[in-house]
Amino acid sequence: MSAVFQPVVNFGAWLWGLLATVVVWMFGREFAPYVLYTIEILLLIVCIVAPLMIAVAYLTLWERKMIGWMQVRIGPNRVTFFGIPWLGGLAQPVADGLKLLVKEIIVPSGASKFLFILAPIMAIMPALAAWAVVPFSPELVLADVDAGLLYLMAITSMGVYGIIIAGWASNSKYAFLGALRSAAQMVSYELAMGFALVCVLMAAQSLNLGEVVRMQQGDWGLAGWFWIPLFPIFLVYIIAGVAETNRSPFDVAEGESEIVAGFHVEYSGMAFAVFFIAEYANMILISTLASVMFLGGWLSPFPQAWGALGAPSFGWLLLKAFFVVSCFLWFRATFPRYRYDQLMRLGWKVFLPLTIGWIVVLGAWMQTPLWIWWK
Amino acid sequence: MTFNEFVFYFFAAILLAAALGVITARNPVHAALLLVLAFFTSSAIWLQLQAEFLAITLVLVYVGAVMVLFLFVVMMLDINLARLREGFWSYLPLGALVAALLVAEMALVLGGRYAGFADAPAPPPLPAGYSNTKELGRLIYTEYVYPFEIAAAILLVAIVAAIALTLRRRKETKHMDPAQQIGVRRQDRVRIVSMPAEKKEQG
Repeated sequence: MSAVFQPVVNFGAWLWGLLATVVVWMFGREFAPYVLYTIEILLLIVCIVAPLMIAVAYLTLWERKMIGWMQVRIGPNRVTFFGIPWLGGLAQPVADGLKLLVKEIIVPSGASKFLFILAPIMAIMPALAAWAVVPFSPELVLADVDAGLLYLMAITSMGVYGIIIAGWASNSKYAFLGALRSAAQMVSYELAMGFALVCVLMAAQSLNLGEVVRMQQGDWGLAGWFWIPLFPIFLVYIIAGVAETNRSPFDVAEGESEIVAGFHVEYSGMAFAVFFIAEYANMILISTLASVMFLGGWLSPFPQAWGALGAPSFGWLLLKAFFVVSCFLWFRATFPRYRYDQLMRLGWKVFLPLTIGWIVVLGAWMQTPLWIWWK
Repeated sequence: MTFNEFVFYFFAAILLAAALGVITARNPVHAALLLVLAFFTSSAIWLQLQAEFLAITLVLVYVGAVMVLFLFVVMMLDINLARLREGFWSYLPLGALVAALLVAEMALVLGGRYAGFADAPAPPPLPAGYSNTKELGRLIYTEYVYPFEIAAAILLVAIVAAIALTLRRRKETKHMDPAQQIGVRRQDRVRIVSMPAEKKEQG
């Protein structure tokens, strides 16, 4: 296997050497290491973002297919690659993307043009930046920082700006109403989510996401994961995640039956597509984080003694994230939209006391011998 | 100029420009957004000081929560600039006094060489395994535990007071009790009447 790839690796090393020479010639000895480091990081970022974008594209197809099956429909099955019939529907995301790409971006009259264009960028930035600290496998993480969980909380809390700015800059009543709803909703659910993360860091004794996964490693496979001692917190995190990403049944920010399409009413073409991509990228992010923090990340659900089946790998993380993200779609197919006051009541009067209470319970539990998740 | 200095001046320039924008922007929403940018860049400068916990918390608390609520309010206000300018001349002396104080303080800091501050040694570089968060937690919960707890209590009192001052029971609001709503049974709302099918009328 490695012998086959050896020429490729050699070629890559040669290219990197060439690049290093050019950079040293251009920037001098002092600045060259920094420039090379920046280029290396940029390449790694592309390695994360490009597969993520493909995953986002096919998540939209999977959503339409799965909800279609749940509602006894077929879903998209027409657009194929090169006219091959059994690939029916697989090219749908490409067609959708192309359509949005060639459409005109209309800026409404009276809109604040700069902020109108800035809003989708502000929406997608946190959805992509948060991936920097997500550990994909024991070695595979872009930035193995100690304050990983804190960084995640800070970056994901910025996602609301895209929506607020979009609603305000559109100069439209519906968009503004959507933005106000969304701002109040996201701030409320961020509290519950923050306290849920406090529980995780208490159990893991670390803010480093890699450490969080390693703490869940044990002889008993999935019994050692945090979803058992933190079960209520796991549920709160998933539900608050649905609310944070403005997904149904908490999608009052869009609420098409009341305010047309909420904050992105005035957006068309690629500007709309960026909001769309941000929403789906956020969904994938939340489900990956739920897998990392509660479902053991890259760890196998089977006991380690089972050989290859019990070995940790990136595939397990992928499988878990796929399961959680499919649950998001399942919720959408199942539940009717929450009324706004019910949504606020759930966030403030149910989730917040529950998570704060569980912090106390967890703190007491961890002092007793009944706590068996120590490593 | 080392690379670190370059990064510092880059963020410092953005920070100064954003802060200047906050006080000169005519539109309050623009001013609030520029303040967000100022918070963000100052957090980047804190990161350079290896204070990663404080830097991230600054973004988390101020950018993620406080400024969102600030924007929420500012967006809904219809601010009349002419009315804001009315008291300009009467407030000018007070503003000038505060500005003069600030200038004096800045001069003391920047001109530290004359006050003898320059002899203070630079902090030693931190060891590799040093965790800012752990160190802060240890200090707060051991050495400074009483000040910390007292500050927490004062904040709690302030929150309760703010809510108690603004909460008023309004008679005319239609209040719904969710427990009552859920507790409704079918018998309370619907009456099923048994009606045998009738034959079509002859005629």
